[in-house]
Amino acid sequence: MKLLNKIGASLGTLGVTALLAAPAWAQEAAGPIFNPTVEQQATMVNKGDVAWMLVSAAIVLMMSVPALALFYGGLVRTKNMLSVMMQVLIIVSVMALVWCCWGYSMAFSQGTTAYVGGFSKVFLMGVSAGTYGATFSNNVYLPEYVFVIFQMTFACITPALIVGAFAERVKFTPLIIFVVLWATLVYFPVAHMVWFWQGPDFLKDSTAPNGLLWGWGALDFAGGTVVHINAGIAGLMGCLVIGKRTGYGKEPMPPHSLTMTMIGASLLWVGWFGFNAGSNLESNAVTAVAFINTFVATAAAAVAWALCDQVIHGKPSLLGAATGAVAGLVAITPASGFAAPMTSIILGLMVSPLCFFFVTTVKNKLGYDDSLDVFGVHCIGGILGAIMTGVFADPALGGQGFFDYTQFPAVVGAYDMGAQVITQIKAVLVTLAWSGGISLVLFFILDKTIGLRPSVEVEHEGLDLAEHGERAYNY
Amino acid sequence: MKLVVAIIKPFKLDEVREALSGLGVQGMTVTEVKGFGRQKGQTEIYRGAEYSTNMVPKIKVEVAATDALAGRVVEAIQQAANTGAIGDGKIFVLEIGQAVRIRTGETDDVAL
Repeated sequence: MKLLNKIGASLGTLGVTALLAAPAWAQEAAGPIFNPTVEQQATMVNKGDVAWMLVSAAIVLMMSVPALALFYGGLVRTKNMLSVMMQVLIIVSVMALVWCCWGYSMAFSQGTTAYVGGFSKVFLMGVSAGTYGATFSNNVYLPEYVFVIFQMTFACITPALIVGAFAERVKFTPLIIFVVLWATLVYFPVAHMVWFWQGPDFLKDSTAPNGLLWGWGALDFAGGTVVHINAGIAGLMGCLVIGKRTGYGKEPMPPHSLTMTMIGASLLWVGWFGFNAGSNLESNAVTAVAFINTFVATAAAAVAWALCDQVIHGKPSLLGAATGAVAGLVAITPASGFAAPMTSIILGLMVSPLCFFFVTTVKNKLGYDDSLDVFGVHCIGGILGAIMTGVFADPALGGQGFFDYTQFPAVVGAYDMGAQVITQIKAVLVTLAWSGGISLVLFFILDKTIGLRPSVEVEHEGLDLAEHGERAYNY
Repeated sequence: MKLVVAIIKPFKLDEVREALSGLGVQGMTVTEVKGFGRQKGQTEIYRGAEYSTNMVPKIKVEVAATDALAGRVVEAIQQAANTGAIGDGKIFVLEIGQAVRIRTGETDDVAL
């Protein structure tokens, strides 16, 4: 772009600008355009951004299928393998449909309140190849479909995370009904509250509401609150309402294939680059910041969990290291584009001992059966990451700080770590209360009406045969 | 005729097979089994959930031998499968009432 500007400027000195230069050139030379029209936005799209975002979206889908399905599937017993995989596959598919029908509109259209978007874009009304979505830079736009697609992959994976909390003991159809209701009443509003804003070119002088938590200044780069705390607390509510697996604590329930779990965890790591670095919405230096932070926080967390295993149990376990990697990915998610590599490593080293303590000690003490530790890893890791984002985003610690978009063009705002941490804690509490409260009510109503839990006989036989009429392994 | 049933450590199977082949034993039947004796099981830990498995995997070897050979078969297995450690297994010797080779209809010692 700089080269083009120079060419434009030199042509200008020749007095032929009016004949040759496109309007965008001339206007860029004069600085960014305030409140650009759709026609002007069309000239502010970068092919590199578009390519990166579409690749990111594709690998975020890979995080759900097959990565999450394999990660979770390997952790259950043979008789329930297909039930978990089927739950993940169909949740992803149903969510893609719901997203296009009303999810995108509820999450990312201008609402009349700060809590949820409106219905102006239901069934993707008004979205076309000729509409554009804002990024975090003045006068840089993505085709709106790119944004719809990228955010769709987030809406697909988040409800799928929940199923791990009550794996091996839930009926399929009620679960899918829960997911549609939960997405509508929890995910879309929370995504709106955290991520909806009018874009850097429109914020100055605007009185229309942005998302509630965005307006508070809460920082969540890629979904610590929206995805992980949201899903984690919903999972806890589910496992509390549904109850423990029959025989929990009495009969062994070891993972049936840690090989699959390892494949799943590794694919999650790869896909998470799309999730975190893609959340920058552009392909630039901050994208690389999010990328390296995602890499090293995960590595630190895997090492830290293996060390916990070594010290407490005497042997470093693969399941521990893989769980640590996922905990590191969860924790770095909200901080990925704000922290620096070395502070990301510190975050990775912090999250594993904390989650280790939750899944090995707190869970047993309290006696709830969070089968695959959705609460212990995603919610607890997400809370730590969300709060520490307030610390590590501080430019004094090498962080990216935050941009004041109420100025035009945007400028770097002054950073107050203490105030930011308090804002982060408030955002965490809102998410916990919103998702926890509504999830509890939804699970309770479904349990008392159509029932969430299969009979003991079905549970004993395994959900694969009883619910789906097939077995994972025939040999 | 005797049926020699030996429960051995799985990694000793090849040595047992070689020792028996050396005696001229023509066939054997091998099964993967689980059980326990004086050897304690293993402890597995998955994210802090401890499962102790009381049953240890073993190999069961069954060899039919003539009365004349049976003593040496027992001796060969005892030597080949021995590690000196707890859990080496057991050997049982049973009487065989009748033996038939299905293909030819031959019976007893000839059928072994």
